[in-house]
Amino acid sequence: MISESVVELSRWQFAATSLYHFLFVPVTLGLTFLLAIMESTYVMTGKEIYKDMTQFWGKLFGINFALGVTTGLTMEFEFGMNWSYFSQYVGDVFGAPLAIEGLMAFFLESTFVGLFFFGWDKLSRGQHLAVTWLVALGSNLSALWILVANGWMQNPVGAEFNPETMRMEITSFAQLLFNPAAQVKFVHTVAAGYATASAFVLGISAYYILKGRDTAFARRSYTIAAGFGLAATLSVIVLGDESGYTDGEVQKAKLAAIEAEWHTEPAPASFTVIGLPDQDKMETRYAVQIPWVLGLIGTRSADTPITGLVDILEKNRGRVRNGMKAYALLQILRTGGMDATTLAEFNRYKQDLGYGLLLKRYTETVLDATDEQIELAAKYSLPRVVPLFWTFRVMVLCGFIMLGVFFYAFIASSVRKCRQALLLRLSVAIMPLPWIACETGWFVAEFGRQPWTIAEILPTFLSASSLTELDMYLSLAGYIGLYTLFLVIELFLMLKFIKLGPSSLHKGRYHFEIAEGVAP
Amino acid sequence: MIFDYETLRLIWWLFLGVLLIGFAIMGGFDLGVAMLLPFLGKNDSERRVIINSIRATWEGNHVWFVTAGGALFAAWPPAYAVAFSGFYFALLLTLFALFLRPIGFDYRSKLPSQRWRSNWDNALFVGGFVPALIFGVAFGNLLVGVPFHFDNDMRIFYEGSFWGLLNPFALLAGLVSLSMLLMHGAVYLQVKTDDVIYQRCKTIVPIFAGITLLAFGLAGIWVANLNGYHISSVIQPNAASNPLLKQVTQAPGLWLDNYQQRPLLWLIPGLAFIAGIVTSVLSKNDRPGLAFISSSLMLSSIILTAGCAMFPFLIPSSSALSSSLTVWDASASHKTLSIIFWVTVIFLPLIIIYTSWVFRVLRGKITVAHIKANDHTAY
Repeated sequence: MISESVVELSRWQFAATSLYHFLFVPVTLGLTFLLAIMESTYVMTGKEIYKDMTQFWGKLFGINFALGVTTGLTMEFEFGMNWSYFSQYVGDVFGAPLAIEGLMAFFLESTFVGLFFFGWDKLSRGQHLAVTWLVALGSNLSALWILVANGWMQNPVGAEFNPETMRMEITSFAQLLFNPAAQVKFVHTVAAGYATASAFVLGISAYYILKGRDTAFARRSYTIAAGFGLAATLSVIVLGDESGYTDGEVQKAKLAAIEAEWHTEPAPASFTVIGLPDQDKMETRYAVQIPWVLGLIGTRSADTPITGLVDILEKNRGRVRNGMKAYALLQILRTGGMDATTLAEFNRYKQDLGYGLLLKRYTETVLDATDEQIELAAKYSLPRVVPLFWTFRVMVLCGFIMLGVFFYAFIASSVRKCRQALLLRLSVAIMPLPWIACETGWFVAEFGRQPWTIAEILPTFLSASSLTELDMYLSLAGYIGLYTLFLVIELFLMLKFIKLGPSSLHKGRYHFEIAEGVAP
Repeated sequence: MIFDYETLRLIWWLFLGVLLIGFAIMGGFDLGVAMLLPFLGKNDSERRVIINSIRATWEGNHVWFVTAGGALFAAWPPAYAVAFSGFYFALLLTLFALFLRPIGFDYRSKLPSQRWRSNWDNALFVGGFVPALIFGVAFGNLLVGVPFHFDNDMRIFYEGSFWGLLNPFALLAGLVSLSMLLMHGAVYLQVKTDDVIYQRCKTIVPIFAGITLLAFGLAGIWVANLNGYHISSVIQPNAASNPLLKQVTQAPGLWLDNYQQRPLLWLIPGLAFIAGIVTSVLSKNDRPGLAFISSSLMLSSIILTAGCAMFPFLIPSSSALSSSLTVWDASASHKTLSIIFWVTVIFLPLIIIYTSWVFRVLRGKITVAHIKANDHTAY
């Protein structure tokens, strides 16, 4: 049996490395498009200032991109290193989108990103513009395939368990690709990236306007970021995650947990704005509720109820018992050959095999589980409400504040009145919000999937590699040490070049070059 | 699915080889160049010439490695799971070293401070040296056998230690990998630079070609006496992937079995020797472009030599013989292999086409004068 603390440490390591990776990814996703928009404007108008904008924001993009590449490598290694049972159990399904991501997207992005930086003198305007668009396309296609893989973890469609190989195998690639959970997540995530990059450009441009430097440059950047950011934030919110929640049971449990929806209420359910959820008693104290809203958002209908956690728990008790039967039959199949009647019997119960595996937490053999252990496993099958309830609200709040500021900025810059101190200060002040929203969003999606790595199929505690605590402490310390060092260096360079502004291009026409007559 | 399971498994063994060879050729010269950086560049301008010789292409080259990892995951999931969790610290070190590359290239010349720059030069050296060494050591360990077993639920248990990876044969394989990438990097620098750096490369190419061939030859003799592996039960190339159903024997010299059965295979290691000598001659005679092709051939045949010795084994288990992973029992399902086959057939040629275009656009030598003229835009 694999030790509890190794699993916990593996989870911390995964959370730390992916949250860290996700500091850089959203900027890359969005900034590549902003660069492509700026450069398209350059090619269409022929105005040098748009080329300077592409190059300056491209410089900041490069500083960010380097760490995105660095930390992305970890993610690809980590499944095999720390989650080897996961890799063995679902690699047949989960590995395919990762391999396709490499071939279709990552190659494209990485091959052309070098030309983006160093091809200005070697390519025609049109060719260079095409290169920039290909980088944007590559990075966004990359997100598509990663989210196809992740969507399958949330809502595992198009695959089946094969007792001969003891793993999940693809039955329909089309279902895997057009998995509603994956599609919704893709749109939500890339739009979040566009909003993040827009807030980045908006805030820094506002800083220059406030300082009264390079205003022609900054105002144009501000206008582009405001328009793109407004569209992106609207997409994040409107096309948000909710339609994904109605698919699988686990997504239902996640929705119920986020909303602290303990009991199934008559449709349409009311939305708990705020309150103090209590997992043990399965109730929320001091709840402030708005009638109807949750039912309408969550189901997009007035008469479909949202299943409460108490009812999901009741259902899961039965599924754990069925899972025990499936596990018992699997043992017969694995040791005594694939006899047809046993196989048919196994197929009846196999959709609950994952729930049977939950019992491994309490008894290695599964088959001798007591009623008490079954109850524990069923309870364990529900996500933890309190962390989800709060992080979700933080994410949504960030989103709405950003929407407000982008809306204000868009209106102001459309009527060419973006030089208002209040608006500019707000634009700088909201800069951390998209990162907070992205990180809490990741948490809601992935913590809300617990206790599973693959929803209803493979429990997280079984997925980890058979490593020792020492292995885990050493590697975690290594990651945290190096990543902290890298982040300090990155922020130092980023701030230095933000302060320098477009003067860092040495074109001889920006603030420090004109004001002081010399290049810094 | 136009191919049967057996054929697809063979194709995917070849594809994995293609991706590894692609990485050795493309990523390999970047690693070699990074290792040579502190030694061939005597001052900042020279070092910048060396770094800028790979500035715009290393990122794409690096993806060969990432994609080989992804393809291993998709096509050979148990092999991915065993190798990555078993070689835990070796991979962790590789990863930590590789971290230094993207930021090393991009951040180094952003500040003028000499201390800042020489720290990044050292970081780039580590980012080249550690992976180049560990890839070789890992390959060596595959030939030696890896101590792991599966339980009945297919959970992997690795029984070795990090220090166990550093056995003499594996270290020799590490030397092969190090010296061949140093040679390859030096040949590439000959293509991209002129003047003193070019001359220095010209001196070291034959030295590293010689060391590579010597170590490779020695490893070949050693393999003849090393424990090899052989499937002794009847092979079922179309059966579901369950590695626990076969019998495996282990005996000295078995790795040369394939070569004894098909003597034509000896041409592959033979080609490695010829290409090594040809590379040195071409480099000496100022034909760096041809030398690069020849050096790429040498790398390919060295990797193929090891692959053909091990076939059909991917990862032999030294502690539980029947847990060994082979082409016939460690692949993804027929359907998955077929899906990613089509994706590869469509995208790999595209990748080769656009990569060639990028190299064409960026052709020409990087000189000290170029660096001085582009002080603010060059790395």
